[in-house]
Amino acid sequence: MIVAQQKSLEEILRMIEPYERVMIVGCGTCMTVCGAGGEREVAFLQKALEIAGSRQGEKHTFIPYILKRQCDPEFLDLLTDRIEDVDAILSLGCGIGVQALAEHFPDLPTLPGVDTSFLGIAREWGVWDERCAACGHCLLGETAGICPITRCAKGILNGPCAGPKGGKCEVDNERDCAWVLIYRRLERLGQLDKMRRFYPPRNFERPKRILRRT
Amino acid sequence: MALSLLEEKLEAGEFVVTAEVGPPKGTDLTEMIHHIDLLKDWVDAINVTDHQSSVMRFPSLGGCLLVKERGGEPILQVTCRDRNRLALQADLLFAYTRGIRNVLCLTGDSVEVGDHRGAKPVFDLDSVQLLRGIKEMEEGRDLGGNPLKGAPRFYVGASVHVEADEMEPQLMKFEKKVMAGARFFQTQGIFRVESLRRFMPYASQFGVKVLAGIIVIFSARMARYMNEKVPGITVPDEIIEELSGLEKGKAMQKGIEIASRTIRTIKEEALCSGVHIMAIGNEKVVPEIIEAAGLDGRAR
Repeated sequence: MIVAQQKSLEEILRMIEPYERVMIVGCGTCMTVCGAGGEREVAFLQKALEIAGSRQGEKHTFIPYILKRQCDPEFLDLLTDRIEDVDAILSLGCGIGVQALAEHFPDLPTLPGVDTSFLGIAREWGVWDERCAACGHCLLGETAGICPITRCAKGILNGPCAGPKGGKCEVDNERDCAWVLIYRRLERLGQLDKMRRFYPPRNFERPKRILRRT
Repeated sequence: MALSLLEEKLEAGEFVVTAEVGPPKGTDLTEMIHHIDLLKDWVDAINVTDHQSSVMRFPSLGGCLLVKERGGEPILQVTCRDRNRLALQADLLFAYTRGIRNVLCLTGDSVEVGDHRGAKPVFDLDSVQLLRGIKEMEEGRDLGGNPLKGAPRFYVGASVHVEADEMEPQLMKFEKKVMAGARFFQTQGIFRVESLRRFMPYASQFGVKVLAGIIVIFSARMARYMNEKVPGITVPDEIIEELSGLEKGKAMQKGIEIASRTIRTIKEEALCSGVHIMAIGNEKVVPEIIEAAGLDGRAR
């Protein structure tokens, strides 16, 4: 899932300042699950913006709308009839959603209401953890299903640096050292040979930016 | 023929002493030159750190050239934090043409522990890949597989952590570094000789030279700070206790005593090929430590 965080009210207010009628568009998939831009968050944000805006003497009108998926043109068509008198769209979709909206409605300013953080999972309610860098060259089969690209602060491939203390990363003592985790799990699986192997430099020549299924 | 004086001495079985200097943040090189002049006649080689602790400084490469100019033997520390494989190779080509022969390959501390926390961490390569890359270059190819017009040759080293609380993954990495071409190792700081006594019988089967890292601790406060903030360093409680309650000058003297005591034990027990003294900005105490360790007659 894509995980994001809502931007601060101040930043959002600054962005919408020139626009009177602002449509706040939530997203029914990832942003709903990670609590950054679903129905609930759109309603909360609308209230917060109204209160803050009226304090500053600004006159905005907000039109809330939740799309099932912002990243899908099919769903974006649902907005076509609703945006006629709108001055700007404030999207609570991820970066993909914002761009899909911008592409679909080229005459309408589209603003991001969230900061897209990473691809991750919910570790517990309210706590999300990065898990995938979408690097295009998945190594999880060699690393016991634990991603060193995202979970090691340095994203290195040939074992731990000298930094970990008590199994925790040198940059954050709440974060497990990915390589200690990989080591323990490979040991458990009887696959430590995979850690002894040399992994060549990563290939940053990413799969093409456009993927075609043939 | 040995590639460098350092290799020559290590291969000859001499008890080798290295130390390090950290370049300044800025263009004033006076202090670094002073430290180089102070150290060069006391130690066999001088490491020049590469933005140590991810703090931006004058480059390691420039520092190594200075060491050479002043008549010392430099060890170029190269980390993978700030340069991608193109820049790393270019620096190595340059270093070779300027007579730098000893290279210490390191992954490098995280950007987040330094003073440019928002900078992009590169880590295009890790230390093992860098070692392998150097091997490739020595064989006349760059990392893209293209032929080099003139290949470099280096005496290549790496680091190893022998006091990690989880040793197995560290040892696996050590073996990978050996396989990738590391011929000498400078260990992370050693505070308990016991850990070296355990490590060396294992390490010696690989036929590499090991210099035990000696970090000079000048106060209990410094030790606690390092335990909290400096990656890979854990100063044991007994050393912190030894330094506790001493006034400044006395604590410094105690720190010198602890370092020289450790070196003396390592030398007497012939545990490894030598020591690497890290005085972290207090380079002036290095000669005193060397003398107190009983390594007489080093000063040329």
